[in-house]
Amino acid sequence: MPFSRRRFLRHSALATTTLIAAPTVFRSGAFGAENPIIVGSLHDQSGPIAASGTPMVYALQLAVNEINAGGGLLGRPLKVIHYDTQSNIQMYSQFAQQLAVKDKVDVVHGGITSASREAVRPTFDRFKVLYFYNVLYEGGVCDRNTFCTGTTPAQTVEKLVPSAMKKAGKKAYIIAADYNYGQITAKWMTKYVKDNGGEVLSTDFFPLDVTNFGTTISKIQAAKPDLILSALVGGNHTAFYRQWTSAGMKGKIPIASTTFGLVNEPTTLDAAESDSILGSYGYFEELTTPASKSFVEKIKKAHPDSPYVSELAACTYEGVMLWAAGVNKAASIDRMKVIAALEDSVAFDGPSGKVSLDKATHHTTRNAFLAEVKDRKWSVLESYSDVKPADTASVCDLVKNPNDTKQYIINL
Amino acid sequence: MAIYLIVALDVLNGIASLFLLCLGLAIIFGMMKIINLAHGEFIMLGAYATVISANAGVNIWIAMLVVAPLFVGILGLVIERCLIRFLYGRLVDSMLATWGLSLLIIGIITTIYGNTQQGVPTPLGGFSIGSYQSSYYTLFLASMAIVMMALVYGVMSYTRLGLIARATMQNPAMAATLGVNPARVYMSTFTVGAAITGLAGGLLAPVSGITPGMGGAYVAKAFMTVVGGGAAILSGTMSAASLFGAVNQIGAYFTTPVYGEVLVFTAAIVLIRLLPQGISGRFFKGNL
Repeated sequence: MPFSRRRFLRHSALATTTLIAAPTVFRSGAFGAENPIIVGSLHDQSGPIAASGTPMVYALQLAVNEINAGGGLLGRPLKVIHYDTQSNIQMYSQFAQQLAVKDKVDVVHGGITSASREAVRPTFDRFKVLYFYNVLYEGGVCDRNTFCTGTTPAQTVEKLVPSAMKKAGKKAYIIAADYNYGQITAKWMTKYVKDNGGEVLSTDFFPLDVTNFGTTISKIQAAKPDLILSALVGGNHTAFYRQWTSAGMKGKIPIASTTFGLVNEPTTLDAAESDSILGSYGYFEELTTPASKSFVEKIKKAHPDSPYVSELAACTYEGVMLWAAGVNKAASIDRMKVIAALEDSVAFDGPSGKVSLDKATHHTTRNAFLAEVKDRKWSVLESYSDVKPADTASVCDLVKNPNDTKQYIINL
Repeated sequence: MAIYLIVALDVLNGIASLFLLCLGLAIIFGMMKIINLAHGEFIMLGAYATVISANAGVNIWIAMLVVAPLFVGILGLVIERCLIRFLYGRLVDSMLATWGLSLLIIGIITTIYGNTQQGVPTPLGGFSIGSYQSSYYTLFLASMAIVMMALVYGVMSYTRLGLIARATMQNPAMAATLGVNPARVYMSTFTVGAAITGLAGGLLAPVSGITPGMGGAYVAKAFMTVVGGGAAILSGTMSAASLFGAVNQIGAYFTTPVYGEVLVFTAAIVLIRLLPQGISGRFFKGNL
């Protein structure tokens, strides 16, 4: 084919037009007609925290699918933009920016560790993107743009400590992971032990890569407590329960934990190592209510290899549903209108029971459960209905100070 | 009184596990000068081999003492043939390559077994001293450390194999002129180092939480111990493991576990400052 100037000009003109027109064509073709509401998702699906993040992503997908099957929100479908944050805080900041600036999402559900939440919260505040944090944590976040749907110590630790003390005795020994969750939770444990007339013999913190608990076990024996309270976190710390059993201490001093069994511990440890450990969360996979059963069934059906479906997954599901209820109530996707609607005590009946949002703290009033490990499963002993996030409520009042954006470290 | 005995056992346990964790690295890094940043992942693979075979019905002792070292040894052989043999004498390159290897191994294991924890229960039980409890497994670990020490010592000093290995590491060109094939010696030494590391992983499996990323908790301490120990594999590793293991356990007992860790790393810095050649470079010169 001869190459002429005229042909070149014609071709380049055509190419340029296509290039310029392409975005509009794509936009109207793929998205424009349906104009979906965009839900951002920031969860770790790889790295050390993946076992926690994976069921959360499944739960979020389930909630979004159910909403879409019911006709979407405001007549518009939901679309999820998910980023795997790879258990890396830097990825959190990066993807949070991307969700806010590039993807222009209408809401973000995500964050797992307290560190990851604090990394992204300012970004969403700055870019005015509504943010949901659906994980149990140490409490104290006070931010009008943020909703925390998981349990806080006043909801779980407050139940766990007295029940454990009633069974075992008044002298407690606290062992906890050495970062903000462990440090603050240990303070709460101390407070509740004292409130119930007990005494804390010692509090030991462990860096996350400590694997040898021999000396700790000896120290515990020397201190002779009636009870061990554990806020140990992660794979390396699971070694504690194993070494405790191998030293023959299992059954001699009972253990109650705020972290044990949140992921897969009861199924991976031997029954002899985990039996009779006490725990308290806002949800257990073993709950037998119809809503809980169908929730677990749906997740396991879609993902047969899913890790334990814990409070993390249930709160994520409930978080998305609460947000959807807020959008419906506001009849708008505008951020401030949705926040105002959510503050008007929006509630949802989820797998863990009735969950309602509290206006002053943006936390949830929800059920709490106390359970004991039996033969590698949780067996629920006790349930407490409509427990309030009293810890955060004691420092945070968004009605009075709507511009607050702090995480309060509660002085005990 | 009983409490001193229990603390002594903890210290023994700390030393024994550190020694077992480091022996393979001492051979690969100390003797062959290959910086193996995948050392932690070799330990992890040993632990996984143990857990998976034990859960599949293999006797736990066979899983720990046979399956783990055999599996990691064979894998070490493959890795040496495919990767390490191109890197002898290139310290920095070996570091980069084995770092990549460690990421690859973590990725593969995560893909196959997921990120959730695995585990086997600890065999043997506990015993009491006075009103205190300790576990027989501690004593077993200590005796395994002694057995491994004796084994490596015996092979290195009294067999032809050991002589050839030591000679090749010291001067490969001279060994080659005497009819030894250095490539083959390097290959088998690396394999043995990997197998011993696998064994350490197997032995630790029943007392640790096992995840694909668990190697990270061990690799820094292992390098610290081998570098602190210096050139002599056995006496160096043993003396450094004793020092650091004891500092860690006693420090953790009298202060808190956080300071226990800090003390170990401080001790390592001071040691390297005072004895740049490691403990064996000063006190056990020319030893094995």
